[in-house]
Amino acid sequence: MSETGATTPAVDITVPTRPSMHLGSRFLKALCWAAGFVTIGVLLLIIAYILVNGLPEFFSRDEQGTLHFKASLFALKYNSRNLSMLPAILNTLTMTALSLLISVPLGVGGGIYLAEYAKPGSKLVKIIRVTAETLAGIPSIIYALFGMLVFVVTLKMGISMLSGALTLGTMTLPLILRQTEESLLSVPMSYREGSYGLGAGKLRTTVRIVLPVAMPGILAAVLLSIGRISGETAALIFTSGTGTGIAGINDSGRTLAVHLFKLQEEGRAVGASFAVAVVLLIIVVLMNALSSFIAKRLTKKG
Amino acid sequence: MTNFAQNSRAVYTPGQDDAGTCFNIQDVNLYYGSFHALKDIHMDIPARQVTALIGPSGCGKSTLLKSLNRMNDLIPGCRITGKVELFGEDIYAPQTEVNLLRKRVGMVFQKPNPFPMSIYDNIAYGPRTHGVRSKVKLDAIVEHSLRKAALWDEVKDNLKKSAMAISGGQQQRLCIARCFAVQPDVILMDEPTSALDPISTSKIEDLVLEMKNEYTIVIVTHNMQQAARISDLTSFFLLGEMIEMGNTDSLFSNPTDKRTENYITGRFG
Repeated sequence: MSETGATTPAVDITVPTRPSMHLGSRFLKALCWAAGFVTIGVLLLIIAYILVNGLPEFFSRDEQGTLHFKASLFALKYNSRNLSMLPAILNTLTMTALSLLISVPLGVGGGIYLAEYAKPGSKLVKIIRVTAETLAGIPSIIYALFGMLVFVVTLKMGISMLSGALTLGTMTLPLILRQTEESLLSVPMSYREGSYGLGAGKLRTTVRIVLPVAMPGILAAVLLSIGRISGETAALIFTSGTGTGIAGINDSGRTLAVHLFKLQEEGRAVGASFAVAVVLLIIVVLMNALSSFIAKRLTKKG
Repeated sequence: MTNFAQNSRAVYTPGQDDAGTCFNIQDVNLYYGSFHALKDIHMDIPARQVTALIGPSGCGKSTLLKSLNRMNDLIPGCRITGKVELFGEDIYAPQTEVNLLRKRVGMVFQKPNPFPMSIYDNIAYGPRTHGVRSKVKLDAIVEHSLRKAALWDEVKDNLKKSAMAISGGQQQRLCIARCFAVQPDVILMDEPTSALDPISTSKIEDLVLEMKNEYTIVIVTHNMQQAARISDLTSFFLLGEMIEMGNTDSLFSNPTDKRTENYITGRFG
């Protein structure tokens, strides 16, 4: 090798100019499209299947062959002839509200503590983080056992909506906690600096600047929790039970998901369970819309 | 106007015609964990003047700036010894209210960092923090601050628009206006133009020259022409030490220290 500047390398170092869409990237693109289509396809298929099977269940034909809406499905009282789902609808709303009332304040508060107040990298933070991650991965039937032994038996709450809500609150808490922490940590430090630089304290900075930016992430966790709560059966059968009436806090009451499960399990009204599925689907969509709306209102005020 | 101490560290002493000493920095040492970031800093920053801090990356000039409004409190493992006085008050004294200190000593950052809210709310955030609730008063503060930052004419019809939607240069002037809104005595600027284009930069420089009638300005800059254009005093830092401080004209034309000369003539840094 000569010591003066450019040398002639021993290997060929010319960089080829490839056609912009060569085979590999075409294949990858097709793969991504396929993955997207499968995802959307599965969702549409589920919705279509439920609607096709469920919608006819809302109607009955009389002797003349005219269609009538089966209002008895929404009767105030359930009995084995009308199979009314109104109590279950109301119970689902109660259960979701109660559970979120427990897990959202605790989870968001804990997340704020971990991200904003706790000393970063401290032992306590690490322990809480590992604990939350472990709890998030535990199957719901374990929560059911825990809820039954602790809330129902030891704390003598009995099989009740309260026991169920406490169990589901415990179950969704780690999800909300971790997601809140993650969302807060991803808020750029420069926002906090800007706020502190103007003489704002920690509380004001967190509530007015950091939290609104993190809100979409926290909201995603709440939506996921709503999905888990309204879809949960295992954890509820042992804690809030299968009461068929409109349940108060201390009564046993079935949610729509439990109702659906019971109808299927008893095997005498499989069709009606599809009608329940349709309603459950609609309720979840509505609750998601409602919580997005609330989150938007909460963060609007400056 | 400038006297230098006998040792290698030059100390600026304000003359009779000044508005007094704003910051009196005595024997400041600062550590990030075990890293010794500032070494025995002695320095007086005069009021109502522009003081530029120059030096190569990692020399401690931004660190010193942050220690003047205690933004370094936010950095874990940061420890400071010595004394920093703002108009005679020790800002590291236990009874010092950090939030009130930062109201008096505002800061403009390297990258424009408007809050993700409307232009109006960005300016009103500071006054609201300090208890201003009256809409009439807030309106007046917002207009006054934006006018002072030469931004009013550009945004007056769009005050409800998100601050994230305006240009980088406008965002930086918005951040300066946001400082004005809490009526500070001092404005610290940490390389305020390094992320901006030349036209926006010159607008900010013009602004700085106007600001010194009312505020004490301490500005960190990598751009020596900028220091020469806008500052009254310049202080040169190297490896955590303050090498030399003096009148900007004399420091650039006639540096006393060899290292200062090497730096400003572009031999390193």
